[in-house]
Amino acid sequence: MIRFDGVTKQYDTGSGTTSVAVDHLSLEAPTGKITVLVGPSGCGKTTTLRMVNRMISPSSGTISIDGRDTASMDVAELRRGMGYVIQHAGLFPHRTVLDNVTTVPRLLGVDKRSARARAMELIERVGLDPDLARRYPAQLSGGQQQRVGVARALAADPPVMLMDEPFSAVDPVVREQLQNEFLRLQSELSKTILFVTHDIDEAVKLGDQVAVLRIGGVLAQLATPATLLSDPVDDFVAGFVGRDRGYRALSFAAAPELRLEPEPTVPLGASAEQVRATGATWVICVGESGEPLGWVRAAAVTESVTRDLLHRGGTVASTDGSLRALLDAALSSPSGRGVVADTEGRFVGTIRASEVVPVIEARQAAST
Amino acid sequence: MTWALDHLDEILTRAVQHAWLAGLPLVLGLLIALPLGWLANRKAWIHGTLLTTTGLLYTIPSLALFILLPSILGTKILDPVNVIIAMTVYTVALLTRTVADGLSAVDPATRQAAVAMGFGPVARVRSVDLPLAIPVVAAGLRVAAVSNVSIVSVASLIGISQLGYFLTDGYARTFPTEVWVGIVACVLLALVFDLVILGIAWLLTPWTRVRA
Amino acid sequence: MNGALLDWFRDPANWTGPDGVPTRVAEHLRYTAVTLLIALVIAVPIGAWVGHTGRMRWLVTGANAARAVPTLGLLFAVSMLVGPLIKSDLAFVIPSIAVLVLLAVPPLLSGTYAGIESVDPEARDAASGMGMTGSQVLWQVELPCALPLFLSGLRSATLQVIATATVAASVSLGGLGRYLIDGLASRDYTQMVAGSVLVALLALVADGVLALLERYAVSPGISGRASRVARTRATSRATADSTLSVGPAGATALAGTSSERDRT
Repeated sequence: MIRFDGVTKQYDTGSGTTSVAVDHLSLEAPTGKITVLVGPSGCGKTTTLRMVNRMISPSSGTISIDGRDTASMDVAELRRGMGYVIQHAGLFPHRTVLDNVTTVPRLLGVDKRSARARAMELIERVGLDPDLARRYPAQLSGGQQQRVGVARALAADPPVMLMDEPFSAVDPVVREQLQNEFLRLQSELSKTILFVTHDIDEAVKLGDQVAVLRIGGVLAQLATPATLLSDPVDDFVAGFVGRDRGYRALSFAAAPELRLEPEPTVPLGASAEQVRATGATWVICVGESGEPLGWVRAAAVTESVTRDLLHRGGTVASTDGSLRALLDAALSSPSGRGVVADTEGRFVGTIRASEVVPVIEARQAAST
Repeated sequence: MTWALDHLDEILTRAVQHAWLAGLPLVLGLLIALPLGWLANRKAWIHGTLLTTTGLLYTIPSLALFILLPSILGTKILDPVNVIIAMTVYTVALLTRTVADGLSAVDPATRQAAVAMGFGPVARVRSVDLPLAIPVVAAGLRVAAVSNVSIVSVASLIGISQLGYFLTDGYARTFPTEVWVGIVACVLLALVFDLVILGIAWLLTPWTRVRA
Repeated sequence: MNGALLDWFRDPANWTGPDGVPTRVAEHLRYTAVTLLIALVIAVPIGAWVGHTGRMRWLVTGANAARAVPTLGLLFAVSMLVGPLIKSDLAFVIPSIAVLVLLAVPPLLSGTYAGIESVDPEARDAASGMGMTGSQVLWQVELPCALPLFLSGLRSATLQVIATATVAASVSLGGLGRYLIDGLASRDYTQMVAGSVLVALLALVADGVLALLERYAVSPGISGRASRVARTRATSRATADSTLSVGPAGATALAGTSSERDRT
């Protein structure tokens, strides 16, 4: 557990005046969980993070890790004991990917062979091709560099990870991949993570708890993402959390067991007769292992069902997904019936928005 | 001090000679380096070949070049043309890279905007790329000017008249004052060159002086 | 002329004794090596310190401004000042070496400083964030990354020293400059040209050796050699494996590193 106790950081701005970057901050980042610090630029979130590994020293207050005051620890030892990932990865350009990853174990005196063996393992674990191990950072894409940054931070298996906007410098598609894999990794590793971002969507997606900071380094709200969306404490947090809060909060509501409508399906290549035999206006087309491929309008099929006849606008909800995904599947479907697949990705049935909404209303009634 | 005042005429005469020997190559070198630098940015292989060649030329020590040029050009060893050519070679060697860097440093958005507005390649270089490269080129020119002034004085060893004469003469006569006068005169001349280049660049780039 | 020059090089008398080419080349190399060694000992720690701490940058600016002082003048002035104080054969050598060191320090100083200054601040931040001590950051990250700019400073210092050691023959220093200065005194133009050819060759060879050193000493990750080879591989992989997309950030990084390091 990382514990902030009345931590303040102020800077001299010359001529006797000071500016406060972090103001009497007290919060706990629980062991094995992701705590996200989020806020607009100038809210002191990066300063807060960097005070944990003493890249910046607090003006007052204490920061402790599992009850040990960090100020009493040896700086190098403290830092080697926590993974550190930053925005542009900060890889060493003169070292190969493999040697970048072995940095901290080598500093800790692990011999080269075992450090390298462990590094190879991590490189694969963060989703990189092992062939990339001998490359240099300049030969990697931004997303690949960021994965190396994460592998490097994990190399000495530190219990604590400090991550400063690690996914901000990559394009949205890669960012989403990185976020998903980060969550997968965390579910395996259960590190105590302090994560800084300016992106509220990222905060809500990744955090077990989210600390919203306002300018001047004051903690505005510390809450789970669901609470943050459903119950912001003030206008600042409400404004920062943004629009569509009600809809986005549904992301945290697990889809309940609902009665799904069975639906006739046709395979790709089915004849026009087969399609018409179902009697439906829109028919769901499934692939070889039963995965939904898309809707097809029966009237549009003249000979057989081909790929270019498929309507691809609809999203697919999973039976273990959220209410949000379920509602979205229904709203995006051309037939008005949302496609639901099981955890293996096989089509199981459809659901209408009108059937999801009562569930949402029931939840609201239960919580008030 | 009195020695310097007594010999003011001679100092000025030699300073003018020195300025000519160091300054003319700057102008010639810039005129040659501009098209070369532009050419270097056209193709990677031209870039490599040009910069390697100019780099090798720059490697040759000045005194050796002063002596080698007459046998290559068929000029007399005391002919100041040798010095002018040698200094032009050094200037080109220094400036080609600078011009190439300066021209390629122009913001691609600016360049594309110029193309989109219908500038032809030549017009674009003249009215967009070149003006925007002035600060970089001027910085290179300042380095070349200071180094030219210092190198030209070496030519006094082979008897070419300029401020370096005071250095060799003062040393030969064991007369330190004359050597110091020569040194100070050279530094002052370098300073004048520097200020002139700064001034011209300042006049040519009014947009860099606008503060937002 | 060319015939006379060839004859000079063919004459065995020019290849033996204290005036022989091997002796003169060895002298020239010895002065150069001694000068560079002293200059390195002075310039590298100062440059590294200024680059690492960011303090006292005026030292570098000052050293660069000193380049305006004419080499020849400095050589004569120092010889006249220091020479009479030394009563041995070293009376010529010490002032000359001192001036050569003065000339070699600025490029080495600014090369080291600029190299360390140019290290990606994120890499530096990551290094200390991972628990490297100040000297570990310097030795394991800053100095290796500073190597290209440092070596280009070393190359220009070397050329400067070789050229100026030639000029220093006029204050009675040995080395290849003797052929030029003695030839001038005896109006032996052939000897002057021969000496000039030798000096030019020596400079070219020295520069070539340092260029080779640069190839081997600088990490391929910085020199851009690795990127050039890998660019084609990287793009072909990107099309094959969509999850490992080569983004625009990677592409510009490649272009940046290769264009910076094309020197000579």
